[in-house]
Amino acid sequence: MEGFDLVPEARPIWRDGDYSHIPFWVYSDAANYEAELRNIYKGPVWNYLCLAAELPGNGDYKTTKIGETPVLVVRGEDGVVRGFLNRCSHRGALLCLEPRGSVKRLTCVYHAWSYDLEGNLKNVAFEDGADGRGGMPDDFDKSRHGLRPIEVTEFCGLVFGSFDPKVPDIETYLGPESVRFLKRALGKAPLKLIGRSTQVMHNNWKLYLENVKDVYHATILHLFFTRFRLNRLGHEGGIIVSESGGHHVSYSKMDAERGNQDYASQDIRSTGEGFSLNDPSLLDSIDEWEDGITVQIQSVFPSLVIQVIQNSIAVRQILPTAVDRTDLNWNFVGFEGDSEEMTRTRVKLNNLVGPSGYISLEDGAIGGFVQRAIRGVEEDSGVVRMGGDDVTTVDYRATETSVRGFWKMYRGLMGV
Amino acid sequence: MSSPDPLQAKLLADDLLARYVRCLDDGDLAAWPGFFTDPCIYRVTHRADDRAGYENALIFADSRGMLRDRVNAVENVSVYEPHGYRHIVGASLIEKVDGTLIDASTSFLVARIMQDGETSVFATGVYRDRIDISGDEPLFAEKIAVMDSERVDTLLAIPL
Ligand code: FES
Ligand SMILES: [Fe+2]
Repeated sequence: MEGFDLVPEARPIWRDGDYSHIPFWVYSDAANYEAELRNIYKGPVWNYLCLAAELPGNGDYKTTKIGETPVLVVRGEDGVVRGFLNRCSHRGALLCLEPRGSVKRLTCVYHAWSYDLEGNLKNVAFEDGADGRGGMPDDFDKSRHGLRPIEVTEFCGLVFGSFDPKVPDIETYLGPESVRFLKRALGKAPLKLIGRSTQVMHNNWKLYLENVKDVYHATILHLFFTRFRLNRLGHEGGIIVSESGGHHVSYSKMDAERGNQDYASQDIRSTGEGFSLNDPSLLDSIDEWEDGITVQIQSVFPSLVIQVIQNSIAVRQILPTAVDRTDLNWNFVGFEGDSEEMTRTRVKLNNLVGPSGYISLEDGAIGGFVQRAIRGVEEDSGVVRMGGDDVTTVDYRATETSVRGFWKMYRGLMGV
Repeated sequence: MSSPDPLQAKLLADDLLARYVRCLDDGDLAAWPGFFTDPCIYRVTHRADDRAGYENALIFADSRGMLRDRVNAVENVSVYEPHGYRHIVGASLIEKVDGTLIDASTSFLVARIMQDGETSVFATGVYRDRIDISGDEPLFAEKIAVMDSERVDTLLAIPL
């Protein structure tokens, strides 16, 4: 197979620096998946945790995961957002059982140990025993049994967490271009959540993150966009890949005229004409961006996708739940101060995205198609060579450069 | 039709829902928009968003044309593995009768049948319907499918 030498156990050698040939075992190997949970999710990365807007008041908390590990994000009495393992220090029971809520103390249901919002262990039931007997020994020191903290940072209304104290600061981690586009998408005003949903995908998490970075498929698999000429590969726009390779931004400007001729000669399903909307108000939009960009898709390694399609804005969290299962958590947002008309416009445009979105529902299934097809033939590999073998920022879109960028960062962190 | 008494209202709601779910389960999507007034409201949401008062929906339409567009997309544009539904609807609870408008709540359970025969519970929830009986036949002026769970397996293409 191109790019590989077969070794006796039929697992290909993955040549150093090769980001263009992806062995299929990376999507299904259980040991590799466990290594990812350690080296990537617990490694020097910023994992998306929640929106700051989900924790408006002191004492508000939200539970989520980093990889498969339950974590808890809570706004303290001092207004500071902190993160902890969602795990009691006594015997390790889950501390907060609900997805979100508001508390003064964090109290474990098992033996009622309770913690303040800074994670300090404040109360141990029967610490002094009962009837003067039993209880904790004198050398038991509550200050040494607080909740295990994680690193937390906020950027553009997003809360990120990391297990690794040596993770670079968020702006360094993102790089200047990702910072610029995150500010473009989310930085105008405080975010306002307008809805959530979770799409359960039957595939490895990487297949979804690669799919997001894969602009090649965007106008071929998702015909709706193409038929309405919202976005074709020839349109003005480009792909920015961060220095690390792990983050990307793809953006395009709408232009109904350019780019259609190329499609006519490609023998692909995207070319059908004559499809028109009975009610085009679905696509009504209000110009709120002023830079002509109509589509921005951005990924932050390893767990975040930001999507802006005119007034449709979503913050998507990718969470692995097993080697071949992934939850995609959709947070649909607007801004504080949005008019009723703006909210209605966002809601209508959000028909494009989410689990039933005209241009996104396919992505819930396509990873599963790969996951099924590679079963038992993991010695083979996929090929990612559109636009060459480099990992670079380009001002065209017929390329897989951002997918290769993913593998650059992945291989660095995994040491594979 | 004039304002119905409670028993009439219940029969009208049950009959409309029975025909509605048969249409979807038979895969006769072209007929689906015909169950609604124009304009209308059709939303698919879930209990947590509903309780939080969030405006967004998994599917939102406010005209018959938009429902027709959904059918057009699902049948001709969207890519997914062929599958069908079986809706089981409970007894309708008549919440209110206001002239020729009937508000009804009805539990639903939707099984999804994939092409290889694999059958699973895809969604459960409640329809919150506003039925308009002022015309020749009862129609949904508003239909809000509130799923119990916010999790959707793979994708939601065919409407609930
Ligand atoms: S495990 Fe939490 S108090 Fe015992
Ligand atoms: Fe896609």
